[in-house]
Amino acid sequence: MKLLRDTWLIFQRQALLLLRNPVWILVGVFQPVMYLLLFAPLLKPALGVRTNAEAYEIFVPGLLVLLAIFGGLFQGFGLIAELRAGVIERSRVTPVSRLALLLGRSLRDTVSLLSQAVIITLLALAFDLRVVLGNLLLAYLMLALISLMTSAMSYGVALAVKSEDVLAPLMNTVAQPVLLLSGILLPLTFAPGWLQGVADWNPFSWAVDGTRALFRGDLGAPAVWQGLVIMAVLAVAAVTWAARLFARSVR
Amino acid sequence: MIETRGLRKSFTTRQGAVEAVRGVDLTIDEGEIFGFLGPNGAGKTTTLRMLATLIEPDGGSAVIAGADLRTSPGEVRRRIGYVAQGGATWDDSTAREELVLQARLYGISKAEARTRAARVLDGFQLAGYADRKCKTYSGGQRRRVDIALGIIHDPRVVFLDEPTTGLDPQSRAHMWDEIRRLRAEGITIFITTHYLDEADALCDRVSIMDNGEIVASGTPAALKREISGDVVRVGVASPALAAEALGSAPFVNKLETHEDSIRLYVDDGASAIPLVLRALDAAAVPLGTIELHRPSLDDVFLTRTGRSLRES
Repeated sequence: MKLLRDTWLIFQRQALLLLRNPVWILVGVFQPVMYLLLFAPLLKPALGVRTNAEAYEIFVPGLLVLLAIFGGLFQGFGLIAELRAGVIERSRVTPVSRLALLLGRSLRDTVSLLSQAVIITLLALAFDLRVVLGNLLLAYLMLALISLMTSAMSYGVALAVKSEDVLAPLMNTVAQPVLLLSGILLPLTFAPGWLQGVADWNPFSWAVDGTRALFRGDLGAPAVWQGLVIMAVLAVAAVTWAARLFARSVR
Repeated sequence: MIETRGLRKSFTTRQGAVEAVRGVDLTIDEGEIFGFLGPNGAGKTTTLRMLATLIEPDGGSAVIAGADLRTSPGEVRRRIGYVAQGGATWDDSTAREELVLQARLYGISKAEARTRAARVLDGFQLAGYADRKCKTYSGGQRRRVDIALGIIHDPRVVFLDEPTTGLDPQSRAHMWDEIRRLRAEGITIFITTHYLDEADALCDRVSIMDNGEIVASGTPAALKREISGDVVRVGVASPALAAEALGSAPFVNKLETHEDSIRLYVDDGASAIPLVLRALDAAAVPLGTIELHRPSLDDVFLTRTGRSLRES
């Protein structure tokens, strides 16, 4: 009960500050729309599919997972600014739940990611993408888990390194192989065997497969539940780890 | 109100272990302004952060407002307020939003939090800017918001780390008044400072800290009295005559003759001055000027550590 209340307080404040900065909304929607308009048309011939709808079915889920990963991984920068302003320390002298300090922030990130996802899905509908509502909601659940995990990880790393100069290269280094090895932009069906073998060790490639299956309408595909379970386990692990860092001394 | 025994903390840096606080014993009474005076790096902030539950001590014990720091830090948090040196407000929030949120983090209901925020904003004369973003405030206004955040939940003790550092003289005087007002409301106040005049003018009692240890404790007046008494400097046209008139007076511990003045070392300047005036009058020595020099807390620091606080 106290955890819920505290999480809500932190979430409210973070959401308010986000809405106060309208530039975010522009940037957050502009980039994915560019991908949708300028990159996706290349896909029909490249993927060898017959219709635009098929191309979007493959590309849109990948794009959404990409947004969830990157959106989350770079949230730590805001936290470093808060650390510097003394806001975190001010929270830590109160009896507020340490888990709530993390969850309130990560949930704000998750909600903002989901609102981006909704906008992109609606736009893709205009390009003949069709997806069953139930499947779409499950796909959003997958995105929410990814975003929760990557944002918690980013906050944890931010608390550990306390410096933008370390956080930026670190996150880029993590993000790049994760991106390439997840078949986000192009499916790994074209990859040579060894590359597929490596990709199997990338949890995000399972998430991408699962999300694609959902967009395809293949609810029974094992990739769906496997992706959801892997993401849920990792999200819980990341949240637990980062919340412990909030409880420990931070300056 | 605060009682510590043997509080210790060391940090590991690349250069090896640093003993930041080496066994601090403190007793702070209810309703006083207690000052922690010392140079930068003396361990003041580390001690304060330990007492505010932000870092865990390596050893020792502390009881704050009746709660044990080591066994129930959560209870300590509920009873204390803490205002960090660097401030704690967010540029894009308003003072009122910050205050309401802070109160609610202490478990206070929304309606009550709003009432308290309004009351505190009035008290700190911030009501006029309460709904402007913090980034538009002056240094002094922003500092007052910080202090208001530290007392929004009616703590019994509030820790203020260097509350006036970086403020202009006028804001500083204003801040002293605010701190005295908090004491009048019954809050025990623990401040750290490296300003001698602040410790002297504001604090009921001080502990002087150097190199992780407390080197002296007491009221500013008592600490200074321990030093060497006062110096009375008498400016006269003929120092020789004045020296003759006062040389054998029983209240003078030592007398120095200078070009146009004499310096008298006495136990208590205030009671010595009338005697000096009377002796000079009786000897018909015309008086130019008379000044009383009292030892400062810097002299105390100098005696205990061999260094001047201004230099370190």
